[in-house]
Amino acid sequence: MPPEMDGNSSTYGLEGKGAALRGPEGASRRYGRDWAWWQDKLVASVVFVGGVSAIVFVLGIFAFVTREGLGFILHTMDVREFFGSIAWRPTSLIRPTYGALALIVGTAFVTGLAMVFSVPFSLGAAIFIGEFAKGRVRETLKILVELLAAVPSVVWGFIGMTVMNEFLIRTFGVPVGLNAMNAGLILGLMAAPIMTTIAEDALKAVPDGYREAAEAMGATRWQVVWRVVLPAAKNGLLGAVLLGVGRAFGETMAVLMASGHSIHLPTSPFDSVRALTATIAAELGETAVGSDHYRALFTLGILLFVVTFFINLAADLVVRGVRGGR
Amino acid sequence: MDKPTFERSAGISAPGTEGTGDPPALSAPAVEIRQLNFWYGSFQALFDIDLEIRRGRITSLIGPSGCGKTTLLRSINRIADRLGYVRTTGSIRVLGQNILDPSVEPVQLRKQVGMVFQRPNPLPLSIRDNVLFAHRIHRGKEAVGRSEEDAIVEAALRKVLLWDSVKDRLHQKALGLTLEEQQKLCIARLLPVKPSVILMDEPCSALDPAGTEAVEELMWELRGEYTILIVTHNMAQARRASEETVFMLMGRVVEHGPTQELFLTPRHRATADYIEGRYG
Ligand SMILES: Nc1ncnc2c1ncn2[C@@H]1O[C@H](COP(=O)(O)OP(=O)(O)OP(=O)(O)O)[C@@H](O)[C@H]1O
Ligand SMILES: [Mg+2]
Repeated sequence: MPPEMDGNSSTYGLEGKGAALRGPEGASRRYGRDWAWWQDKLVASVVFVGGVSAIVFVLGIFAFVTREGLGFILHTMDVREFFGSIAWRPTSLIRPTYGALALIVGTAFVTGLAMVFSVPFSLGAAIFIGEFAKGRVRETLKILVELLAAVPSVVWGFIGMTVMNEFLIRTFGVPVGLNAMNAGLILGLMAAPIMTTIAEDALKAVPDGYREAAEAMGATRWQVVWRVVLPAAKNGLLGAVLLGVGRAFGETMAVLMASGHSIHLPTSPFDSVRALTATIAAELGETAVGSDHYRALFTLGILLFVVTFFINLAADLVVRGVRGGR
Repeated sequence: MDKPTFERSAGISAPGTEGTGDPPALSAPAVEIRQLNFWYGSFQALFDIDLEIRRGRITSLIGPSGCGKTTLLRSINRIADRLGYVRTTGSIRVLGQNILDPSVEPVQLRKQVGMVFQRPNPLPLSIRDNVLFAHRIHRGKEAVGRSEEDAIVEAALRKVLLWDSVKDRLHQKALGLTLEEQQKLCIARLLPVKPSVILMDEPCSALDPAGTEAVEELMWELRGEYTILIVTHNMAQARRASEETVFMLMGRVVEHGPTQELFLTPRHRATADYIEGRYG
């Protein structure tokens, strides 16, 4: 745009907008501003209630979980045992112990494995979809990724117990295919869609002018991605990874089904492990409300809640950081 | 870079080695366009363009909005190809080689033909990395020491008269500079790879008068060593800052001549009308 033209067009644009604004306002002043005003108020309050209820629910859940678990934390829990022992024997008649170390390590191990598989795959997919694929290939891939996100977790668990189980036994010659590796692969697949989608958004947020500038200097497509786009999108990509971690960390059903669910400090990816989430899901139904075991499970819940909260908060902050930085 | 690419590049860059000093054949055009037609999809934007851009000179490209100046400029470094739906016929010879030939690598072409955009567009890197960006891409695997890089950065920034104001903050983000500084940086980053032609698309339209003057001064500074082709809407700028002027109208070149001549005694009615501000 030439400067003169710019000036002209924006002047016209402004006039147009002004007229458009003046029109309905003038009309409503004459023909019943009240109705529009009430409508506006109504919509505003519905939106407000919706927004507030989200906060209320989250706080409510947190309050509930805390109330159920707090008694255990204050009275029964031995912090050193909880974080330092692998003896999770809540149903022992002689002396119940609540050592959550194996569960914590199990969750961390499975999540870590999931990320090892999933991060390169997801970021690669995002780069391909965002920077290289064109037209129909690109649209098809995006739909496939979204479909992947729509698979229910119990189906993933099922795949873990059957297909993946077989696969691991055959490929690695291990006696049991339900182990950390299996759960990690399944969780990796489950976390991939959200990571891919968010990462692709992050790449899309990089102004095309950067790519153009680099290409005009003779950079190849790959050099553009590597030297310009990825550094510019790094916060968004980190956010994507963190959200993926959150997704894998909080997943329950598929881990329960695929991990082997045995209490164990894993020494190899082919050891069976047990996750925090899976423990709660498997045991909560069999405990008496208000018992120590019941409260211990809620304590695990609080732990999950806090960690997930911080992961998501961190993800949110880094993603926001990228916007603020620009 | 694989071998065939390099060979192609050799073809295109060999004559460019005489970039500095007195070009032996001053009359040989730096860019020679023959029967160029250009389409965006089915819309034809350029018609039968025949044009020779003289080496080492500043040539300005004027014409009313939408006449195809940007299109012409962007086909000379083939950055228009990015759109994916463009088609070109005819030939554009840069340093004697037809760059529309499918065997020409855009990467090598763009080393020879640098571009400055309408809005300053430094990369979101440090000032230093911006200056070195093109250089790092084109030097291949050759190891270049830090002090050598420092020297390159200093030379480029001195050339664009930016060194003194940024020498203490080379590691800060280039996006923190003023627009004028950014635009100078965008010129500076082309210099380390020694392009023979620099294309500028309304490089001053985002700058204030002082910035405009600074960039024009810089163009005079670069004249001789580099062939500069500049699109401008500012008639006064074309008059004072260029040696030759090309007037375009509706996708065609109407008139091309020494700037003073074209402005004082235009040969075509349309040119006269345009420079007198009767349209555009
Ligand atoms: N990406 C595009 N796709 C389709 N048509 C385009 C595209 N870019 C430009 N055109 C059309 O091509 C013609 C020439 O455009 P161009 O941008 O080259 O004009 P210009 O002389 O640079 O104008 P201005 O002075 O406004 O910058 C115009 O009619 C324009 O609408
Ligand atoms: Mg233009």
